[in-house]
Amino acid sequence: MLKFVAGRLLQGILVLLAIYAVTFFLVAATPGSPFSSERAIRPEILAQIEAFYGYDKPVFERFMTSLGNALSGEFGPSAVYANRTVTDIISESFPVSLKLGALSLLLAMTLGIPAGILAAVKRNTWLDYVPMSAAMVGICLPTFVMGPMLALVFGIILKVLPVAGWFGPEFWILPAATLGLVYAAYFARLTRGGMLEMLNQDWVRTARAKGVKETTIIWRHCLKGGLMPAVTFLGPALAGIISGSFVVETIFQVPGLGQWFVRGALNRDDFLILGLTVLFATMIVIMNLLVDIVQVALNPRLKYE
Amino acid sequence: MSDISQTATLQGKPQPDPAAPAVAAMLDELEEGSSLWKDAWARLRKNKLALTSLFLFIVIILFCVVGPFLSPYDSQAQNLLVGAEGPSAAHWFGTDTLGRDLLVRVMEGGRISLLVGLVATTVSLMIGVIFGAVAGYMGGRVDAAMMRFVDLLYALPFTIFVILLMVAFGRSLWLMFVAIGCVEWLTMARIVRSGVIGLKKQEFVEAAVSLGYSHTRIIMRHLIPNVLGPVIVISTLTVPAVMLLEAFLSFLGLGVQPPYASWGVLINEGQQNMEIFPWLLIFPAFFFALTLFCLNFLGDGLRDALDPKSAKD
Amino acid sequence: MAISKLQSFTRILLVALLGSLIAACSGGQRETDNAAAEGILLIGNGTEPKGLDPHLVTGVPENHIISSLIEGLIAYHPTDDLIPAPGVAESWESNDDYTVWTFTLRDDAVWTNGDPVVAGDFTYSWQRILTPMLGSEYAPMLYVIKGAQAFHAGETEDFSTVGVQAMDEKTLQVTLEGPTPHFPNMLKHYSFFPVNPRAVEEHGGMTDRQSGWSTVENFVGNGPFKLKSWVTNQMIEVERNTDYWDNETVKLNGIRFFPVENPSTEETMYRSGRLHLTSTVPPDKIPSLRESVPEQLRIEPYLGSYFYRVNVTRAPFDNPKVRQALAVSFDKKLLVEKVTKGGQAPATGFVPAGIPGYDASTKVQYDPELGKKLLAEAGYPNGKGFPKAEILINTSESHRKIAEAMQAMWKDNLGIDVGIYNQEWKVYLDSQSNLDYDFSRSGWIGDYVHPTTFLELFTTGNGNNDTGWGSAQYDALIAKAQTAQSEEDRVQALHDAEEILLTEMPVLPIYWYTLVYMKDTQLRGWEPKVLDNHPYKYVYFETN
Repeated sequence: MLKFVAGRLLQGILVLLAIYAVTFFLVAATPGSPFSSERAIRPEILAQIEAFYGYDKPVFERFMTSLGNALSGEFGPSAVYANRTVTDIISESFPVSLKLGALSLLLAMTLGIPAGILAAVKRNTWLDYVPMSAAMVGICLPTFVMGPMLALVFGIILKVLPVAGWFGPEFWILPAATLGLVYAAYFARLTRGGMLEMLNQDWVRTARAKGVKETTIIWRHCLKGGLMPAVTFLGPALAGIISGSFVVETIFQVPGLGQWFVRGALNRDDFLILGLTVLFATMIVIMNLLVDIVQVALNPRLKYE
Repeated sequence: MSDISQTATLQGKPQPDPAAPAVAAMLDELEEGSSLWKDAWARLRKNKLALTSLFLFIVIILFCVVGPFLSPYDSQAQNLLVGAEGPSAAHWFGTDTLGRDLLVRVMEGGRISLLVGLVATTVSLMIGVIFGAVAGYMGGRVDAAMMRFVDLLYALPFTIFVILLMVAFGRSLWLMFVAIGCVEWLTMARIVRSGVIGLKKQEFVEAAVSLGYSHTRIIMRHLIPNVLGPVIVISTLTVPAVMLLEAFLSFLGLGVQPPYASWGVLINEGQQNMEIFPWLLIFPAFFFALTLFCLNFLGDGLRDALDPKSAKD
Repeated sequence: MAISKLQSFTRILLVALLGSLIAACSGGQRETDNAAAEGILLIGNGTEPKGLDPHLVTGVPENHIISSLIEGLIAYHPTDDLIPAPGVAESWESNDDYTVWTFTLRDDAVWTNGDPVVAGDFTYSWQRILTPMLGSEYAPMLYVIKGAQAFHAGETEDFSTVGVQAMDEKTLQVTLEGPTPHFPNMLKHYSFFPVNPRAVEEHGGMTDRQSGWSTVENFVGNGPFKLKSWVTNQMIEVERNTDYWDNETVKLNGIRFFPVENPSTEETMYRSGRLHLTSTVPPDKIPSLRESVPEQLRIEPYLGSYFYRVNVTRAPFDNPKVRQALAVSFDKKLLVEKVTKGGQAPATGFVPAGIPGYDASTKVQYDPELGKKLLAEAGYPNGKGFPKAEILINTSESHRKIAEAMQAMWKDNLGIDVGIYNQEWKVYLDSQSNLDYDFSRSGWIGDYVHPTTFLELFTTGNGNNDTGWGSAQYDALIAKAQTAQSEEDRVQALHDAEEILLTEMPVLPIYWYTLVYMKDTQLRGWEPKVLDNHPYKYVYFETN
């Protein structure tokens, strides 16, 4: 087992390095510079600014320098947001995103998984169609429609919830709900699929024939396997929520990480983009590793695939 | 084969008898064999939800492709004096803030959105299938390397990359499709690879190899056609993902550019004016959601139909 | 059994959710009322500020915050942008030809770290912004000072060649390149603001762009408020500075700036009672707000010009007749009434109306017949043969709408086909400065109340010209205006220059900006300012 984990960790590190390189060169190749501004800058001034941030050096040299810095945890200053370093930005917004993400996921699982189980057990009845259709709405409406609609209903019309900001618990509800509903839909579908696969196994039929109670079959035998797809999805879901929450953050004015992904890209803020990419990639690599470990622990055959 | 011998034994006598034609017909049917596709189609037909979805989807396509020819309005024709007005006899869906007829804009928007979905999915399909098939077939180190590459791509925050790609390629509609397609092929590759690994163990592959067929031929003629089932399912589910991605890009202003307007663009406009001009949001969002609905249910239905294990009732 | 377990679980969840909803719904008191009672102003401030160092920033949101924290020689006047109000400078005088100005600083102006504000702080600060290594984008504002341009270009490293001198601790003398009667008004701009030399030196030195002096922990200012907290993308809070020399006049106890980028979100926040002031209003909501809450909707003239640049280096735009035809062939009145809806003024010239002493030009009128005639004369009767051109816009709903309307109007009036494409902001800026466009949507807000800030853009080779156009005659007139001995001569030269600009048409004026925003009715002392400069010390709430 240890060898397996060590092997995966090593691969993970290689992946991170590769990602760093790919990101760096892609940003370098994209048109636009962090310093383009509406007021023309004289070329000499621009040269000064670029020299300060190290942009005057050839691409490869910049790559090696920034890689060296990154390995020691220093991602550098934001080229656009003066006197804030990338580390500052990330350490301020990551906890917020984490909180939003965790709440959304909690909501998503609480709504989605039971709905999925219900739908699987009551397959092809109304208890299947209605929750699954409701789930489908979550998947088919873009968040930038769902969010404003929820804000309109709960914030303006009913006046029970605040519509923007992140100053206390009541501010968490609408953003978490918007994101959570979408992921609830995914969890519902995955759980339904997983449970169905379990329920259709031959040994379930045998158990039924032997007279085992339906509830015991569902809860004690099928649940573990049925939840596997949902559990596997947890990793990508968390990462997806954290980085893809830009829409929710914009609409509800949440000071999270998602905004920085978009802003960094739009500003061509190299250091910020690199820092964020490394953060995101690290999360994914760790998630995947954890999921793999869990799966291997449950099913040692997978080690050899 | 065993069935036929069983029937004969049940009959007891090897001579022809009055029930022979019926038996013969039965035997014919059995010999015709039930291919995967016929079974799948039969199962799909039983799935009312999937069938309805398929039907609705076809209706939507017709609506978007043929509709504009039937409308007296041009989607670009502005009428600033009129501005945004609700649905009326003259404009069934109302008009937008520049006075353009919304019905025709929704129809043409659908053309673009569906086109994006189709082309980007095709791109992702081609890349994913070939990549996954080669990885699965070659196995060993090549496979490991290719899959690590996929892991690498999975670990990239796609928001940043799509934005960078759009900025670099944004002007051309077709390049945009390719860029989106490039982001969505990963799941396809993984599924195809698993499928191919499963198939590799089967005898017909051994046979092909010993007959001296080239790798390319084996991959293209024997392996890929046999994973078409999952591929179709994933494709049907990729189209909605692509359309949502395009809507997100429109929210950022990086999606389809004027004069083209996709549903994503229309929805974005509508969402901003949700309270004062609700029809601007309702109609495009309805069609968008309906299309995604249909594709998702269709995809689910296809998955149920093509997976021999799952459809037990 | 399993199902009812599920049902009861769901029931519990719903109750919990409802419970927390009810708990959160805390009575009817709006945040704006609470804040007003405490004397705290809540402002929607647009984008997250890139920084608070007055020498390094260039944006309006940053300006709003910095002007509460730092005060320059001259302060904003509460109602009239043409009147320079005393700031750190108690009084000032100039010589007869307005080339040498002497400022007397007040005795009781102090920095928040205890240092008194002295003339040397200004020489230090202006040296800082003019030092090439700092890379300040607004340094050219100071070129009006003698020798400043040469110093900034690196021609000399000796700052004593620049015309600013601290005669003693409380007297600052400034020598200008040419007669500039409106110099005090120019000093209202933040590029002229002082920074505390001790703070800057302690945190990296004069030319360190990443200097930490302007962070929340280290900020040193001399204005009516001091920096209390800064949570990125959430809120920047400033509180009363009791050491400010005019603290008695200040009625507000604090200000909270909310960086809300999305106008719809901002409008929702305002409506739910979380903001006293917004930075903008979504255009399509303007008509309904005009009807429902006219006393809260503010539409005020703003000194800015919205126009399309034309790339005169590309055929057929190198032909002035073509440009003139384009300029008169779209209905600006219809545009501002039906598309932008914000009470903007159709632009009949380039320099906006509202500058006292300078009558805005009325030369460019909507005249489709004239347009057709001119286009035919240029060789494209009814648009036949006119190549497909494109309008470049940066990503924005409103720019897109305007471009689409222009597209339709040109098609109707001139018969030409024009496309639209949008580029993301950075790429758009690059395209514009590299002359890689046909038409480029542009805007320019004045830095001070004088036509020069608009007209000097188009001198040949000016970094902000970006059209490829240049005219020796125009340049000569601008230079003449800069050295004119009397304001009359100056205004005349500028009028003549604008006349040339509006004949040659390297730009197509579209409208003159307005400031459209929502204002809470409890707020007082917030008057219409054509440059959007509001001195916070005169702002208060009716409840106080």
